[in-house]
Amino acid sequence: MSNNHSHAHHFSSAQQEADASKLGLWLFLCTEIIMFGSVFVAYAIFHGLYPEIFIAGSKYLDWKLGSLNTVILLLSSFTMAMSIYYASANKLRLSVSCLWVTFLCGLGFMFIKYIEYSHKIHEGLLPGKFFSFTGEGVVDNLGLYFSFYYSMTGIHGSHVVIGLGLIFWLIIRAHKGHFGPGRVLALECVGLFWHLVDLVWIYLFPLLYLVE
Amino acid sequence: MSNHTVSFRTYVNVILALFLLTVCTVLVSLVDFGWMNAIIAIGIATVKAYLVLMYFMHLKYDDKTYLIIFLTGVFFLFLIFVFIAFDISTRVVETNVL
Repeated sequence: MSNNHSHAHHFSSAQQEADASKLGLWLFLCTEIIMFGSVFVAYAIFHGLYPEIFIAGSKYLDWKLGSLNTVILLLSSFTMAMSIYYASANKLRLSVSCLWVTFLCGLGFMFIKYIEYSHKIHEGLLPGKFFSFTGEGVVDNLGLYFSFYYSMTGIHGSHVVIGLGLIFWLIIRAHKGHFGPGRVLALECVGLFWHLVDLVWIYLFPLLYLVE
Repeated sequence: MSNHTVSFRTYVNVILALFLLTVCTVLVSLVDFGWMNAIIAIGIATVKAYLVLMYFMHLKYDDKTYLIIFLTGVFFLFLIFVFIAFDISTRVVETNVL
């Protein structure tokens, strides 16, 4: 499935190139787990110490938009996997279409993020000491919640944007006919990264949007 | 390295299960289980994560090496959490200063 017909000269075979590439990517994913995980640990500590701040802050997030974004990312993971499935089955047009849907889902996610951010910034729901909202539901140090909100969704969002760039690169390569049965390594590797982005959001969504 | 082809049917089942679990995530958040709230929310999220990891990321069908690498990463994250939690929970707090 990951056997490229040709391989770079410093690998002994196409199979070895595929194995080594995925090994390296999984090691990279571990660094991502530690990086994102550390912010989650900080979240756990402060949520444990000051639950009222997180309950209050969560109310300013629209769970419907969050749910929509969750569905969008899950769908994009599905279409990413399907792209590899179709490429392996030599259904190349379907494979590229799946890549396009994945890309558009990512764009949709970022668009919704933009809507959410611009609304909050306009209202003064800003991180830390910049918090200036004076409407209903404000508790002491609510800026702490928004520090977590912006940093966690911001780091995640940057990863979505990076993923968009990688997927677009794959689309260009797919249009040039680089992928097919036994030639899906790049699709798999970018796919692993994209699934990780989805994984992080799977945890972000309930922890930020559904605290009550 | 595995060359097992995941079937179309399997992928569809997984995404449908993920959508269903997302609905559960939202519904469950409407009910107050007290201190269990966080555990239930993270529990459902972990089931979703398991599906993405095993099927979309192919861990179920690939060489066990990748699974071991991933679990090692998670283990170290767990260590980070445990040691910090020990630190924080054994502090003597005189005043809440933020």
